[in-house]
Amino acid sequence: MFNFDVVDLSRFQFAATVMYHFLFVPLTLGLSFLLAIMESVYVMSGRDIWRRMTVFWGGLFGINFALGVATGIVMEFQFGMNWAYYSHYVGDIFGAPLAIEGLMAFFLEATFVGLFFFGWDRLSKVGHLVVTWLVALGTNLSALWILIANGWMQNPVGAVFNPLTMRMEMKDFGAVIFNPVAQAKFVHTVSAGYVMGAIFIMGVSAWYLLRKRHVEFAKRSMVVAASFGLAAALSVVVLGDESGYLTTEHQKMKIAAMEAMWKTEPAPASFNLFAIPDQKHEVNHFSIEIPYVMGIIGTRSLTTPLLGIDELVKRARVRVKNGILAYEDLQKVRANPQDKAARKDFDARWRDLGYALLLKRFTPDIGKATPADIDKAAQSTVPQVAPLYWTFRVMVGLGFYFILFFAVAFWLASTGRLRRYPRFLRIALWSLPLPWLAIESGWFVAEFGRQPWVIEGVLPTYYAASGLTVADLVISLSIFLVLYTGLAIVGAKVMLRAIKAGPDEPDAGTAPAELPMNGIAAPQTAA
Amino acid sequence: MEQLIPLDYATLRVIWWAVLGFLLVAFAVMDGFDLGVATILPLVSRKDIERRIVFNVVGPVWEGNQVWLIVGGGVVFAAWPLLYAMAFSGFYLAMMLLLITLILRPICFKYRSKLPDARWRSTWDALLCLCGLVAALVFGVAVGNTITGVPFVFQPDTMRPLYQGTFFGLFQPFPVLCGVISVCMLAMHGSALLSWKTQDAVAARARVTGRIFALVTVALFVLAGFWVAHGIDGFSVTGALHTGQESNPLDKTVALTLGGWMANYARWPAMWIGPVLGVAGALLAAALIGLRTGAPAFLASSASVAGIVLTFGFALFPFLLPSSMDPNASLTVWDASSSYVSLWIMLLATGVLLPIVIVYTAWVYRVMRGKVTEQSVGGGHAY
Repeated sequence: MFNFDVVDLSRFQFAATVMYHFLFVPLTLGLSFLLAIMESVYVMSGRDIWRRMTVFWGGLFGINFALGVATGIVMEFQFGMNWAYYSHYVGDIFGAPLAIEGLMAFFLEATFVGLFFFGWDRLSKVGHLVVTWLVALGTNLSALWILIANGWMQNPVGAVFNPLTMRMEMKDFGAVIFNPVAQAKFVHTVSAGYVMGAIFIMGVSAWYLLRKRHVEFAKRSMVVAASFGLAAALSVVVLGDESGYLTTEHQKMKIAAMEAMWKTEPAPASFNLFAIPDQKHEVNHFSIEIPYVMGIIGTRSLTTPLLGIDELVKRARVRVKNGILAYEDLQKVRANPQDKAARKDFDARWRDLGYALLLKRFTPDIGKATPADIDKAAQSTVPQVAPLYWTFRVMVGLGFYFILFFAVAFWLASTGRLRRYPRFLRIALWSLPLPWLAIESGWFVAEFGRQPWVIEGVLPTYYAASGLTVADLVISLSIFLVLYTGLAIVGAKVMLRAIKAGPDEPDAGTAPAELPMNGIAAPQTAA
Repeated sequence: MEQLIPLDYATLRVIWWAVLGFLLVAFAVMDGFDLGVATILPLVSRKDIERRIVFNVVGPVWEGNQVWLIVGGGVVFAAWPLLYAMAFSGFYLAMMLLLITLILRPICFKYRSKLPDARWRSTWDALLCLCGLVAALVFGVAVGNTITGVPFVFQPDTMRPLYQGTFFGLFQPFPVLCGVISVCMLAMHGSALLSWKTQDAVAARARVTGRIFALVTVALFVLAGFWVAHGIDGFSVTGALHTGQESNPLDKTVALTLGGWMANYARWPAMWIGPVLGVAGALLAAALIGLRTGAPAFLASSASVAGIVLTFGFALFPFLLPSSMDPNASLTVWDASSSYVSLWIMLLATGVLLPIVIVYTAWVYRVMRGKVTEQSVGGGHAY
C-alpha cells in the first residue's frame, strides 16, 4: 500500500528545501541582532559611522532576508502537500506553534522589516532603533516557535492518542512549550545563527581590510562581530552539550548512532575520536577512543551506563510486541466505541502504537506479524550510523574551531592589531562558509538521526506521507531544482555586487547630494 | 476543562470559522492589492521611474501583508488539520504553481532595482506581473473547486486522506470563471490603491484600469451567482450533524441539490450583506476612482473584496471542503476541527496577538502615509 519511491522522494524534497531554507535563516538571526547592536551604538554615541554600518550591513541583511522569506513559505506548505497523514495525525499539536509563530513572530518581523528599510527618513532616531530591535525580536521569536514545533517531533510531550479521531491530541500545551528539548534546541540554534552572522561580518570586513578599503568601517565592524561572535561561539558549544545531554534522555538511539556505540559499554563510556562504522556487521574499524569522556558528556555521571544500539534494539522489540496489542485494542475501539474494556487497555498501551506501525513496512496485517517481522521492525529503529557519526564530528569540530577563531579575533580586534596580521584576515575570509557547514551538519544529525521516526516513537516517517504519485514528485522536484538554482545564482550575484560596492563613504561624493531624500543628516524630519 | 469555560465545543468551532473568515478577508484585502498591483504593473507603468514608483507603493508593506496568508495556512493546520491535509495534498500541483509565484515575488521586489541593467529590471517586472496574475488565478480556481466539490475520500480505518482527481481536472469552466473574477477583483483593488498613492501618468492609467476591472468584476460576479443558483449542485447535511462531538467527518449524510448553495441565503437573509457589499463596493469604487477621491475609492474596493470573499464563505457554511466523490465525507466546521483543548488555546493566543498585530500594522501604514513620487523614490532607501 505504501509507495516507497514517493516516500523517499518526499523525504529528499523536504530535506533539500529545508536545508536550502536554512542557508538564509541563521544569517537573518545573527545579522538582525548585530544590526540592532550597531544602531544602538549609533543612537547612544551619535557617530555617523555606526549609522552607515547599520545601513550597509542592513542592505546585505535584506538581500538574504528576501531569500529566507521566499523559501520559508515552501516549508509551511509542504507539511500538508507531502505529509498529509502527518498533518492529520499530529496537526492538533504541531499546528499550534506554527500558527502562533505567524501571529507572534513573523508578523512582527515582516511588518517592521519594511520600516527598517523605508523608515530612515520617516522616523526619529530612537523610533528607527525600536523598529530594528523589533525585527531582531521577531526573528528570534520566530525561531523559538519553530523549534518548539521541531522539539515536539523529537520529544512528543503533552499529547495523547485519541482512537475516535485517529490522531494525537493536545493535553498540556505548557508541556509542549516548555519541552526541555525545544528550549535547548532554541538556544543552540539561535546561538549558531549569531556565530554565522558574526563570521559573515568578520569575513566581509577582512576582505575590505586586505584590499585596504573602508578601513575604519571594517575595523569597527570586526570589533562588534568578534566580541558578539566569541560569546555566541561559547554559548553554542556549552548549550550544544546541553542538547546532547537531553538527547540521551529522550533519544538514546540517536546518540548511540552519533557515537557508533554498537554495544552497551560499562560506565563511564569512552568517546570515539575516530572510527569507520560498519552498519552491516555492527562494529567499528580503526577506532581511537578516549576513555570516560562520552559517559560524562552523555549522562553527567561516572556510573550510569550509556545504552548501545544492541540493547536499544532489544527494547524496541518489546515495544513492537506491546504495540501489536495496542493496535488490536485500537481496532476494537474503532469497531465499537462503547467497548470500555478495550478503551482502557488501549489507553494504557497507546505509547507503543507507533512501534506497531513500523511493522506495516514488512507485513500488510499487523495482527499476523511473525517473530521475523517483529525483529525486522525492531532493527529498523536503527538509523544509518556512518553519516551521523561523521556529520556530528564535523559540527563539533567546527564548534571548537569557532571558539578559537573568535578568541584570537577578539584579542586582535580589541588591541587594534587586526591589520598587522593579514594571515588572520585571510583565515577570516576563508572561514566564511564554515558556519553553514556546521549548521547544516547539525540539522542533519538532528533529523536524520531521528529516523525511522517523523515523530519520535509515535509516527514512522514512511507512514506519514501523502498519497501522491512519483510523477507529482518528479514535477515538484524539477521545479525546486530550477527555481532554487536560479535563486542561488541571482542571490549570489546581488550579494557579491553589494559587497564589492561597499558602504557609502561620507567623502565619496555621492551621499551629500542625496541628503534631502535619504535623510543622512535629518532622520528626524518625519516627526 | 469544558465545564470551566463558558464555551461549548460546537460554538468554539463556529468562532474558529469566523476567525478563519476574518483572516481570509484580511489576506484578500491586504495582500490582494499587492497581487493586483503586480498584475497591472505593465498596464499602468512604462518608464523605469514609473515602475519604481509602483514598486515602492507596495514595497514597504507587502512583506507584512503576505503574513496574512502564512497565518491563514497555520490556522487551518492548527484548527482544521484534516482540511489542511486534504486541500494541500490534493491540490498538490496547483500548490506548486502557487509556490512558484510566492517564491519569486519577494525576489522580484527586493532585487529588481539592485542592478541598473535594463534587461535585468524588465525581466523582474515581467516575472512580478506573472506572479500576481497566476497567484490571483490559482486562489480563485481553488475557491471555484471548493464550490463544485473536490474528489477526495478517506480510508476509513486510518482516516488517511486520498485525493482522486487530477491537476487539469481543477480547471473546469466554473472554477476558471472564479479564477478570472479573482484576477479582475484584485486588479480593481490594486488600481484603486495606485489611484490613491501615486500621481500623474501612473495614477491616470490606474483610474482607467480601476474602472474597467471594477465593472468586469461586477458583471462576472453576478454571472457566477446565477451559475451557482441555477447550474451547480450545492451540498447540505441531511441527517443529524453532531456539532459537539469528537471530529469524525465520516459520521453524517450529505445530499446534493441544484442551487443548494443558496439555501443559507434563504435561511439567514442577513448573509446577503456579502453579495451586496461585493457588487455595491465595486460600483462605488468605480465611481470614486473616477472622482479622484483617493482613500474612499480604496475603501470601497476593499469592501467589495471583503464582500466577495464573504459571499463564498456564507454560501458554503458549514462546509469547509465538500467532497464530490463521497459527499458524506465532506469536511465541515463541526467534524473536521482540532480538539477542544487545542481550539481553546489557539483562541486565547489569537485573541491576545491579533489585536496587537492590527495596532502595529496600522501604525506602520501611518508612518508610510502619503503619495509615492519621483522625489520620494530618489533616495537610497527605496526599491
